[in-house]
Amino acid sequence: MEIALGHYLTVAAILFTLGIFGIFLNRKNVIIILMSVELMLLAVNINLVAFSAYLGDLVGQVFAMFVLTVAAAEAAIGLAILVTYFRNRGTVAVEEINRMKG
Amino acid sequence: MAELPNLIPAIPELLLAASALVLLLFGAFRGDTSTRTISWATVGVMALAAVFIISGPSDGVQTFAGMFVADGFGVFMKLLILLGSGLTIILSLGYLRDHGMERFEYPILILLATLGMMMMVAAADLISLYVGLELQSLSLYVLASFRRDSERSTEAGLKYFVLGALASGILLYGASLVYGFTGSTNFDAIAANIAAQEHGASVGVLFGLAFLTAGLAFKVAAVPFHMWTPDVYEGAPTPVTAFFSVAPKIAAFALFVRVMMGPFGGLAADWSQIIVVLSATSMVLGAFAAIGQRNIKRMMAYSSIGLIGFALMGLAAATPEGIQGLILYMTLYLAMNIGAWAIILNMRRGSSLVENIDDLSGLAKNQPMMAAAMAIFMFSLAGIPPLAGFFAKFYVLLAALDAGLYTLAVIGVLSAVVGSFYYLRIIKLMYFDEPAEKFTAPTREVGLIITAAAVFTLLFFLFPAPFVAEAELAANALFR
Repeated sequence: MEIALGHYLTVAAILFTLGIFGIFLNRKNVIIILMSVELMLLAVNINLVAFSAYLGDLVGQVFAMFVLTVAAAEAAIGLAILVTYFRNRGTVAVEEINRMKG
Repeated sequence: MAELPNLIPAIPELLLAASALVLLLFGAFRGDTSTRTISWATVGVMALAAVFIISGPSDGVQTFAGMFVADGFGVFMKLLILLGSGLTIILSLGYLRDHGMERFEYPILILLATLGMMMMVAAADLISLYVGLELQSLSLYVLASFRRDSERSTEAGLKYFVLGALASGILLYGASLVYGFTGSTNFDAIAANIAAQEHGASVGVLFGLAFLTAGLAFKVAAVPFHMWTPDVYEGAPTPVTAFFSVAPKIAAFALFVRVMMGPFGGLAADWSQIIVVLSATSMVLGAFAAIGQRNIKRMMAYSSIGLIGFALMGLAAATPEGIQGLILYMTLYLAMNIGAWAIILNMRRGSSLVENIDDLSGLAKNQPMMAAAMAIFMFSLAGIPPLAGFFAKFYVLLAALDAGLYTLAVIGVLSAVVGSFYYLRIIKLMYFDEPAEKFTAPTREVGLIITAAAVFTLLFFLFPAPFVAEAELAANALFR
């Protein structure tokens, strides 16, 4: 059986959904949320590269490089904010993030 | 050797980028004592960029291989963004000094966020859209948690980061689907591809459009993607909240309009229904949820959700009149909100800020001028004629009626009535209740900004013509 575009898209869709559920269902640790965000972005990258190969168009791969770069910057800033938060509160448990209602 | 792209349309952005780097170096050498110098230098750079934008091209010229466009719509929105950012930097000066936050990164982060916003507004390609949006968002995450020794500020930053990253992911997933099913990331090429389909757009494109819309709705904080707004507004340092409620809102709206009217203009019948729902729910929730708030920052957060709902009404109409109404709306929204936030920034006793609505009570006896200005902003936000806020609502409502969105217009008017309750409550507190302790007098810059915003809001009805004409020009740039 040949692996076609549809298979790649399915994998990406599954990973993306996992990422979203990871953010909403996880009640333990903010770091897991950061991992879920990365998972979503990687799912997008699979999509982009698969489309790029399928269309024979390089723009998709260029886009994927941009996404990788920005994702790295995003993770760095997310961790930095998490560190300052931890210094103030001494915890990174999701349930404890409740100084303001909502 | 590749040919050098035409740099002339991008001069304002290049100027901002270069000066951000230079000022960062300057700050790194001179330390935090240079914060004030850097702040004023940033304002100067923004003013210079505004001059370049006004004198630059606005005929829809594209550069960087079709990734960047300079048209009338972009020019107008960029000027609003620069005005909003410049004024917030000036408003922040006193707060930074009083709270020991005078760190030189602050104005530079605002400068970088502004650069991101200008890139968003000028985007003509999904890639430049994404890079601009992320440059803006990443700077804003840091700004929200800028008061790093405060639990509330870091919590606000964390919440904003998690939900903002989620929104970016959703938007990006939509972008990848649109790219895959239309074969291009360029807005014009996407529009051409959609127009060439005989049986309407494919399911893949519609899916991508839905994801893109969800991501953008997140950035403008429309219901049901608004959960982050109240917490971030309450927790972030007040000048940062003032910044959030003005410039990024305008930029996100400009991007929303550009994406919807540009590549997906041919699908207006499909996305217009989504926007109608977003608009109606935002207006209703904004009106009702604000009633119970005691914290004025939180109240303003819900108020901004309601106002965003009104602006979305112009987009839902998807006509040149609707977009014109939306552009005017954002202009007047800028004036009212900057003024109201300048007053909230001045609700301080000694050097500490108070945030409760009750602290405003009896302001008319203590500081009649400030109370009068606040009354003008509150009446205007409630939409009482002949203040600016009335005209803002008037033009979008008119466009919605012209486009046949009768139900939406009725919901809008009714929620405006409900919403005026909490604006009027503030006026009642200020004028009819026992005076609370006096606030510290505003600094000269803040006083000037409050006066200018109040005069503009009060007297807008005398000279609406130039603004209406400019907004019409800007809107027509999207319909060529």
